[in-house]
Amino acid sequence: MALSIEDIKKVAHLARLEISDADASATLTKLSGILRLIEQMQAVDTTGIVPMSHSQDLSQRLRDDIVTKTNQREAFQKNAPVLGNGSTESAVAEGLYLVPKVIE
Amino acid sequence: MMNRSLKQFGEMLQTKKISSVELTQTFLARIAQHNPSINAYIALDEAKSLAQAKAADALIAAGKASPLTGIPIAQKDIFCAKDWPTTCGSKMLANFVAPYDAHVITQFDAVGAVNLGKTNMDEFAMGSSNETSYFGGVKNPWDVERVPGGSSGGSAAAVAARLCAAATGTDTGGSIRQPASLCGFSGLKPTYGVVSRYGMIAFASSLDQAGPMAKSAEDCALMMNVMAGFDERDSTSLNREKEDYTRDLAKPLQGLRVGLPKEFFAEGLDASVGKVIDEAIAAYKKLGAEIVEISLPNTGLSIPVYYVLAPAEASSNLSRYDGVRYGHRTAEYTDLMDMYCKSRAEGFGAEVKRRILIGTYVLSAGYYDAYYLKAQQIRRLIAQDFVEAFKHCDVIMGPAAPSTAFKAGEKVDDPVAMYLQDIYTISTNLAGLPGMSVPAGFSNGLPVGLQIIGNYFDEARMLNVAHQYQQVTDWHLKMPQGIE
Repeated sequence: MALSIEDIKKVAHLARLEISDADASATLTKLSGILRLIEQMQAVDTTGIVPMSHSQDLSQRLRDDIVTKTNQREAFQKNAPVLGNGSTESAVAEGLYLVPKVIE
Repeated sequence: MMNRSLKQFGEMLQTKKISSVELTQTFLARIAQHNPSINAYIALDEAKSLAQAKAADALIAAGKASPLTGIPIAQKDIFCAKDWPTTCGSKMLANFVAPYDAHVITQFDAVGAVNLGKTNMDEFAMGSSNETSYFGGVKNPWDVERVPGGSSGGSAAAVAARLCAAATGTDTGGSIRQPASLCGFSGLKPTYGVVSRYGMIAFASSLDQAGPMAKSAEDCALMMNVMAGFDERDSTSLNREKEDYTRDLAKPLQGLRVGLPKEFFAEGLDASVGKVIDEAIAAYKKLGAEIVEISLPNTGLSIPVYYVLAPAEASSNLSRYDGVRYGHRTAEYTDLMDMYCKSRAEGFGAEVKRRILIGTYVLSAGYYDAYYLKAQQIRRLIAQDFVEAFKHCDVIMGPAAPSTAFKAGEKVDDPVAMYLQDIYTISTNLAGLPGMSVPAGFSNGLPVGLQIIGNYFDEARMLNVAHQYQQVTDWHLKMPQGIE
């Protein structure tokens, strides 16, 4: 399955990664090499083999429905990024995080 | 002094021949002297380390010491440590200060060990040479023109250059064992689920496992006694009884069945590395081991399978870095989409972006069955190979890496060549089995590691097998020149 520049750009958009035309072209070469490596899998007959997602076949543990975490908003918000677009303030206000307006 | 074992350091501390403050200061002075040329540590905090050392001295004075109390340990920068910078080797987290402790850090704190500093690593643990770190490459103390391996390259160089008593690492596809091989020390990746992943920044969650990096098998056993244990905050943590990993160290190896997979000695293995491994096997025969030829027929498929599953899991795990609540946010943006795309493009390095793109591609509509499901099916075949092999042997041995340390820059532009570094280690991650690398000799002055793979939960036996070898050899005590 050969990749195209358009594929790279589409996948980059799905992954929310901005990519320039020059970078997309360089990425195409490297990703094509990696996909060729991955293609070796297609030669294997896997009919009837149950996929293995984990090494230990465990069922998910359940816990009691009680509060286990305390509110640490202030501690967590110390790691907020700088707002940007000319402001050097932290991207928080009144305990919330600031992002560009998404609803008009 | 610097070549002492953890047990010896512990005895010195407990008999008050040295205080933890003095020992910590000694290591900090060595770090100040050697780190500028090796770049093993990316965060140091003398005041914090010394405060922990002081508290450890009080524990010792009160008679409450345990084996690692007061011992300075280097922590891979993938573990969140409260109030320490925790970057995972990435620009994305360059300003991140962890607000809480990883389970591994909590475990070391609980026994009064000293956090000596955070060590350099490949960005988000994606790499086999430590060259993808945002904070610059790490030099191999055996030859500073060469790489230390990766992704736990900073911890590896710190152990090799004796800039810590021992260190922690994580291993998703070989990131403890390959650097242990390239830098000449002992490193263990435990059975998946034995060490909690809580607070350990996620790369590929079904493969990631933390483990010790130290001079000897005995040191690794003492580290495991602290690191292992059930933690309900990690949904894949296994609820098992606490083990003493030192319990079998002294057992003789008479009658031990050692399996040699023929695929580990085939094309691709550097001949001089193969020779060192052959000599190690001969030493095991002398110790009473019986050699069994085995086959792991799907070994070659482990790399293609890994490069579907690990990037798929990584693309999902790394979607959390959106520049909203923490991590890098771009300086100028128009709308939310623009903010996401630019922040991620600027915050991640080239290799991380490549893996996110591969992961996104193999999980995208129309390709899921051909790649992700297929890889999970072959993963089962690889795990079954080991089940079959362990019917005929107690441990499996072979090389940990196909070559000795390579030169910086040599493979950086060829991802596929870099990925082949992990040909002998990846299959154990896929199967969830424990594996370790122990020093077995040198080729052209560079260390070679012998890999020992055990059955599930057989860490104590593997440590026994490694320890007995270290009783009749002294490869694990060799130090690079110019660091004493």
